[in-house]
Amino acid sequence: MSPETAATAAYIVAALLTVMSLAGLSRHETARAGVAYGIAGMAVALVATVVLAAQSLTAGGVALLAAAMVVGGGVGLWRARVVEMTGMPELIALLHSFVGLAAVLVGWNGYLEVEGSHAGGTSAAPTTVAPELLGIHSVEVAVGVFIGAVTFTGSIVAYGKLSGRMKSRPLTLPGKNALNLGALVAFAALTVGFTVSPSLGLMIAITAVALALGWHLVASIGGGDMPVVVSMLNSYSGWAAAASGFLLDNTLLIVTGALVGSSGAYLSYVMCQAMNRSFLSVIAGGFGVESGTSASGAEGEHREVDADEVAEMLAEASSVVIVPGYGMAVAQAQYPVAELTRRLAERGIEVRFGIHPVAGRLPGHMNVLLAEAKVPYDIVLEMDEINDDLATTGVVLVIGANDTVNPAAMEDPGSPIAGMPVLRVWEAKNVVVFKRSMAVGYAGVQNPLFFRENTSMIFGDARARVEDILKAL
Amino acid sequence: MRIGVPRESGEHETRVAATPATVVGLTDLGATVVVEPGAGERASFTDAAYAAAGAELGDPWSADVVLALRTPDAERLDRLAPGTTLIAMVGPARHPELLADLARRGLTVLATDAVPRISRAQSLDVLSSMANIAGYRAVVEAAHRFGRFFTGQVTAAGKVPPAKVLVAGAGVAGLAAIGAASSLGAVVRATDPRPEVAEQVRSLGGEFLAVEAGGAAQESSDGYARATSAAYDARAAEIYTEQAADVDVVITTALIPGRPAPRLLTASDVALMKPGSVVVDMAAGQGGNVEGSVPDEVVVTDNGVTIIGDTDLAARLPTQASQLYGTNLLNLLKLLVPESDGRLVLDLDDVVVRAVTVAHHGEVLWPPPPIPVSAGAGGNVHSASVEPAASTPVVAPARVASPGRRYALIAVGLAALFAATAFAPPALATNLTVFVLAVVIGYYVIGKVHHALHTPLMSVTNAISGVVVVGALLQFGQHGTVVSVLAAVAVLLASINIVGGFAVTRRMLAMFTKGPAR
Repeated sequence: MSPETAATAAYIVAALLTVMSLAGLSRHETARAGVAYGIAGMAVALVATVVLAAQSLTAGGVALLAAAMVVGGGVGLWRARVVEMTGMPELIALLHSFVGLAAVLVGWNGYLEVEGSHAGGTSAAPTTVAPELLGIHSVEVAVGVFIGAVTFTGSIVAYGKLSGRMKSRPLTLPGKNALNLGALVAFAALTVGFTVSPSLGLMIAITAVALALGWHLVASIGGGDMPVVVSMLNSYSGWAAAASGFLLDNTLLIVTGALVGSSGAYLSYVMCQAMNRSFLSVIAGGFGVESGTSASGAEGEHREVDADEVAEMLAEASSVVIVPGYGMAVAQAQYPVAELTRRLAERGIEVRFGIHPVAGRLPGHMNVLLAEAKVPYDIVLEMDEINDDLATTGVVLVIGANDTVNPAAMEDPGSPIAGMPVLRVWEAKNVVVFKRSMAVGYAGVQNPLFFRENTSMIFGDARARVEDILKAL
Repeated sequence: MRIGVPRESGEHETRVAATPATVVGLTDLGATVVVEPGAGERASFTDAAYAAAGAELGDPWSADVVLALRTPDAERLDRLAPGTTLIAMVGPARHPELLADLARRGLTVLATDAVPRISRAQSLDVLSSMANIAGYRAVVEAAHRFGRFFTGQVTAAGKVPPAKVLVAGAGVAGLAAIGAASSLGAVVRATDPRPEVAEQVRSLGGEFLAVEAGGAAQESSDGYARATSAAYDARAAEIYTEQAADVDVVITTALIPGRPAPRLLTASDVALMKPGSVVVDMAAGQGGNVEGSVPDEVVVTDNGVTIIGDTDLAARLPTQASQLYGTNLLNLLKLLVPESDGRLVLDLDDVVVRAVTVAHHGEVLWPPPPIPVSAGAGGNVHSASVEPAASTPVVAPARVASPGRRYALIAVGLAALFAATAFAPPALATNLTVFVLAVVIGYYVIGKVHHALHTPLMSVTNAISGVVVVGALLQFGQHGTVVSVLAAVAVLLASINIVGGFAVTRRMLAMFTKGPAR
């Protein structure tokens, strides 16, 4: 058994552990085991690689690597500890950008090792690539750098938008689709050129085109569509790792990269269906296109209530459904909401949660927040599970959700969100909407729900209002 | 695009397919509207009003799109150039020979009475808007013939009891009738085979008479009433007989798509009714719910019961019927002219467009493929009984993406993969094999992920994609300083990712707890 065969064997084990990890993560019961598998797989892969790499390294080199890993790990652990659950989307987007950048660096190294040393002759090190495979190697370098760079800038922009450092409005450059397409064509042309005669200039051009494309793709997507974008970037980061695997001829990278890539793409696809968006237009970054025509502005009289009245309504109801949205995350209202849930349950009132697939800024965002506040997950239901029960529900509390409960999606074909499945809260006997003001939601569409007869509005900070209701109960 | 609005040729047709208000909307879509002089006369819209709204007065038959209520007669159809789009109430299910004729003429025909019952298409639904008007008018006609008050009164000259009204069928027309009759002060009762409409009946002030027969209750999955079981029919017949003897006014609205109207009141039931009572049979045109009703005629039976069989009830409120019909058409055209640039785009992949398009390029496109319908969703009072018989139950959809096409796509994909691998060097071929299998595994493994676990799953896959660190590790220290520095940076970044991703996932999962068993 040589170190090489040992490493290959370890990679197979690691790849299987990765598959088991993803499988485990699909269900609540096995989720924790899934994480354990994932960590084990990663540890096996790392140990094998480090042992393999250490053979040809000096002590100083090993120390430097160890230092890089420890520092990186420390930073990662620290961020993971302190992050607020509401800040989860930003963190994940930022982490994606790291993978992207790392893939870019690996790609560049591939270039410097092989093509760079051939062309410039600056390094005396022998290349490991046979001449007839050089062309393929060049393509792999180009593709790897391209995917990595798109992931990198795309994730940075997503992070900026999610954390409020950038405006979440979609950027609409003239001819944005032509720009995207042009970037792809340019990339293809550059790759061909690079394969024929590799040069530093072309390498830089490929990287620059990819960076610009990644930035533009995500910048032209509005904040409301971020859950899909984050999931898509997750998939891209997997493809970037797989491309690195091709470049380095490393099976483990190919397997894990492809696993992450395809599972991420499938997840995005599921979410696109939930939002009634075209999957292809997401990949192409063509999301914000339709947001121009803000159709019929529904107007009317809304009815305002105070906390005491809501408390009374709740006390009389036999069943209550809570529909949270991003507003609950912003106001950090999940704790009082959880408390409210417990208090109502003690009175024998059936309380459940209805979660729209794209509520929040991350898939499953609301579930994470509610879990943080110790709301049992078996009363947290998906849209399809709860929608048919809404008609027999006494009170629906809509906390910081807007577009996901907009009847216009079903009733107004001219609405920008037409056809998007929504929670049919308006069928309930009473609907109470918690809102900061009468402003429109992320999609920029007025919500006729607010003007319905069975809807009442309660304005102000969601957290403060829910606490008021708790007092009044 | 020029849109033509002709004067309706039918003798009883008082409505018009566009009003000055909808002309403005049509013009906003980038169209020029040509109105035949006198088109709106019988609906109280003057030519001057059309002109003021921006329409031209002239020959509508040379336009690119012609809006009408009824299908024009042969003489007028001859004046349409092939390729013209005709939008009218065609009644595709009842007039196959007419459809064939229209297709032969090379016209594109959109049947406004074939709009599917889905929430999105509600604003185009001509049948609903017309049924609503007809239901109201049925009450007015009944009140006109009925020689008594609807409301009860106590006056110095004595007490007057309220009239009792029975509405059979609580669809759009039935509900409109219930609302109109109860606001006149009558005692209103209603029947319908679908128990879920009971609430809607009550909300309009009616009393719902449930037909209790074992297993007979029907849930409507497509928004239309269906044929009922024998047990149900027997019990319902008893109820009608009981009610006939008691009530003063009966309004029947029951229709089943693609079949003759069900017989609800027999001649013997009518014979039980009190003299002076009134029956309005809104289904008279489709065979009649009431024995003895005659389409477009008012019959008085031997025992003094008036049976009204008028079929043009909606046309008796021509101004508003035109306005609603015109708005329905405007909404349809908004769908067909998505860019508001005057270009008509017939997107046959859109289920609504597909359903209304009954002839195109010389082909008959009726019946459309069936659509799963969200009836009862979205708080719609949507359960039509009065339908000029829409589609018969359809089995074979003509133009669905065939499995053949899918197989072809798969074959092409596999062939491409085969070619790519066959011509690749052996090392790459192995890698491709591994790659393809891993992609498939990734897809299946994640197939049934629970919604709530999306975020943890994503952060775990995020950590896993940090495996790129392996690449950086292998590159380190091999080819000079620049490579090593870059590799070290990559290792640092990927490590943040790995540790951060796993740590944050563990933190999240620790929070998911199951509630106490309840």
